[in-house]
Amino acid sequence: MRSLIGQKMLMAVSGALLLGYLVLHMIGNLKVFQGPAHFNAYAEGLRVLGAPLLGRGQALWIVRIILLAAVGVHIWSAIAVTRASWRARPAGYQRLELVETTYAARTMRWGAAIIVLYVIYHLLDFTFGRVNPGFVPGDVYRNVVASFRIFPVALAYVIANVFVGLHVYHGVWSGAQTLGLNRAPSDRWRRRGAAVFALLLTAGYLLVPLAVITGRLR
Amino acid sequence: MNLTLHVWRQPDGRTAGRFETYEARDVSPAMSFLELLDVVNEGLIARREEPIAFDHDCREGICGACGMVINGRPHGPRRATTACQLHLRQFTDGDELWIEPWRARAFPVVKDLIVNRSAFDRLIQAGGFVSVNTGGAPEANTIPVPKPAAERAMDAAECIGCGACVAACPNASAMLYVAAKVAHLALLPQGQPERARRVVSMVDAMDAEGFGACTNHAECTAACPKEIAIDFIAQLNRDYAHGLLHRLSGGV
Repeated sequence: MRSLIGQKMLMAVSGALLLGYLVLHMIGNLKVFQGPAHFNAYAEGLRVLGAPLLGRGQALWIVRIILLAAVGVHIWSAIAVTRASWRARPAGYQRLELVETTYAARTMRWGAAIIVLYVIYHLLDFTFGRVNPGFVPGDVYRNVVASFRIFPVALAYVIANVFVGLHVYHGVWSGAQTLGLNRAPSDRWRRRGAAVFALLLTAGYLLVPLAVITGRLR
Repeated sequence: MNLTLHVWRQPDGRTAGRFETYEARDVSPAMSFLELLDVVNEGLIARREEPIAFDHDCREGICGACGMVINGRPHGPRRATTACQLHLRQFTDGDELWIEPWRARAFPVVKDLIVNRSAFDRLIQAGGFVSVNTGGAPEANTIPVPKPAAERAMDAAECIGCGACVAACPNASAMLYVAAKVAHLALLPQGQPERARRVVSMVDAMDAEGFGACTNHAECTAACPKEIAIDFIAQLNRDYAHGLLHRLSGGV
């Protein structure tokens, strides 16, 4: 695991964990369309998940610890791999024309920085309530609507989630490649599969802020 | 046709390089790119200037010696074509061309457009071979090879080791090269006894040489004059995982 391939495998596995969380999170988000009572009950349900074996909030903390570890490994390996690549070409080209790569692949690093900033804001907004206007702990529905009613906030969420989608698109395909799951002869349908997956995921996430902006959720 | 060439000139690895501009007048569209450089060099020699140093050998696209970045593309703009097989008809009269060496820490510049690609040789020494005991050559058909495996092994073995994959990679990674070398042996029965050891030791050597890490941009495949597919990189990763497990479980 000291090799660059080993580090990328750690990145792929931690990315897969985070991806699993993204899918569950997105499905949970869509329950906002069932109305305040359902959505708040769902949020409360997450806190008492695993009862009576687990105490209140314990399941959430287990998930948070796993996520924090996965984020740590993901970022650590990304930095290690990126540093190796930057070292590998000390003198750049006058001209280098990229012909095959995608926007998603080229924005993996800087897109990731945007995603990190977004996640910090997101936690301050809905978990800690520090930047949420009139945060009411437990009234998740109200908090969501109050935040997304501010147009710049909703816009920032939309942009950040587009970057999440791009990151997921390249990440799914590239991670499968790193874990050796892609097989010959052609990777074309795998790329399309990654694109469809990323599109569905992003669409699911965008529905909520867009619904608040357009007044469907109030 | 007339072309303006901006060529990277660097006397040796210790001295800084820079672009020099040369005008190529009345060159034929039927010339190869290396012939263009030959003609420019004849002019330089006549003026008692240092000719442009560049690697070349077979000039038929199979040896892997030639290679330079032409207008941002290793081996120039034409797919599946080495610089020696690139003809001036690919360009238009009056074009300006930027000609640079491969740029990677593992490929230090020797002079002008020539880089030292010994790193590739050391990767092969690390495991890109099959150990064969001495003795009489065995009968060729004693080891059956399924036709699809033979074809796919040949697809990988087409690699001529020119280094265009490293040159094109935004990370200066040698994954496609190592993938091709690992795969063509891993696909054949003769490569099996050393398969696990080979992949681990070649991957370690690749890191030691200072190549970057593949992020699957697929620029390597686009630049490869033999169009080695990046599927082989997935196969390399898979083999490497097996190799690591093999080593962890105490295999030799």
